[in-house]
Amino acid sequence: MSNPERVFDDRTPGVEEHEPTASYLSYTVGLGLAIVATIASFIVAQTNLLWPPGIPVGLIVLALAQIGVHLVFFLHLGSGSDSTNNILALAFGVLVVFLVIAGSIWIIANLNTNMPMSMQ
Amino acid sequence: MTIATTLDRPLIGVPAELARGRGGGGPAPKRIVVAYGFWIFILSDIIMFSALFAAYAVLSGNTAGGPTGAELFNLRNVFIETMCLLLSSYTCGIGVLSAERGRPTLFLVFAIFTFALGAAFLFIEVTEFAGMVAKGAGPSRSAFLSSFFTLVGTHGVHVASGLVALVYLVAQVIVHGLRPAVLRRLLCWSLFWHALDIVWVGVFTLVYLMGGHL
Repeated sequence: MSNPERVFDDRTPGVEEHEPTASYLSYTVGLGLAIVATIASFIVAQTNLLWPPGIPVGLIVLALAQIGVHLVFFLHLGSGSDSTNNILALAFGVLVVFLVIAGSIWIIANLNTNMPMSMQ
Repeated sequence: MTIATTLDRPLIGVPAELARGRGGGGPAPKRIVVAYGFWIFILSDIIMFSALFAAYAVLSGNTAGGPTGAELFNLRNVFIETMCLLLSSYTCGIGVLSAERGRPTLFLVFAIFTFALGAAFLFIEVTEFAGMVAKGAGPSRSAFLSSFFTLVGTHGVHVASGLVALVYLVAQVIVHGLRPAVLRRLLCWSLFWHALDIVWVGVFTLVYLMGGHL
């Protein structure tokens, strides 16, 4: 990774930095983990391997795990200083996504309970 | 180590190639700025998808006496679709990495794989949609099916536009070669393609796998 011959000259800001952040290996590891998570999701959904009432929770956990694998191994969101701004933006995105989805389900569930439709 | 070199120096002396857009060393490299801007676009796209996910989660029980998801979905097809998209995401990443390392031929080979797998995904999805419409389970049948076709269809439209963009980018690589501007476009495109796979993880989990359990 570290190149002892790298010269720190005063280059123009905005020039290209030719240092790929990824490697073939990290993509392959990510692919393997994602395939394992996918197969596990399909098995959990179609069998009683998991306690049946816990299946939705299990599926959500597997989906979140796979999304994490995608973010780290495919999108290269890591702990590096290059990623800080991207991760802050992602955190805000996750907040909005959570508010939209959880808020909608919550509000509509409330409406369904408190305003039952007449069964014609 | 480059890190040690950075810490040894005062912030003002950070070399431009270590600039990260937070002061030291001046503006971050263009590649990082461009990817950040595109990342913001992707997040806004995901927020749009979250509204469609919310609509589906709310409406999935309202079948109006029509078919339910458990009766309509063929999980074997969904598994094949998922694998197509996942492998396509992988070949896309490998291809763009090859391009960044200056191997245009390898990039073109992986671009063909990426396109073929993405097209296979779209073909299975369109076949599934056509079969559902033929069975009388089109988007106008129930609120459940309206939200299903909107959510999965929007994802499909994204995949289709990604394939069009891939053809355009391959043409750019062939005509212009691996210039920095072309490489940045490839980087953005790979971010888009990986993000579509992330959205698909949500789709197959919420729509197809949890359909029989909610």
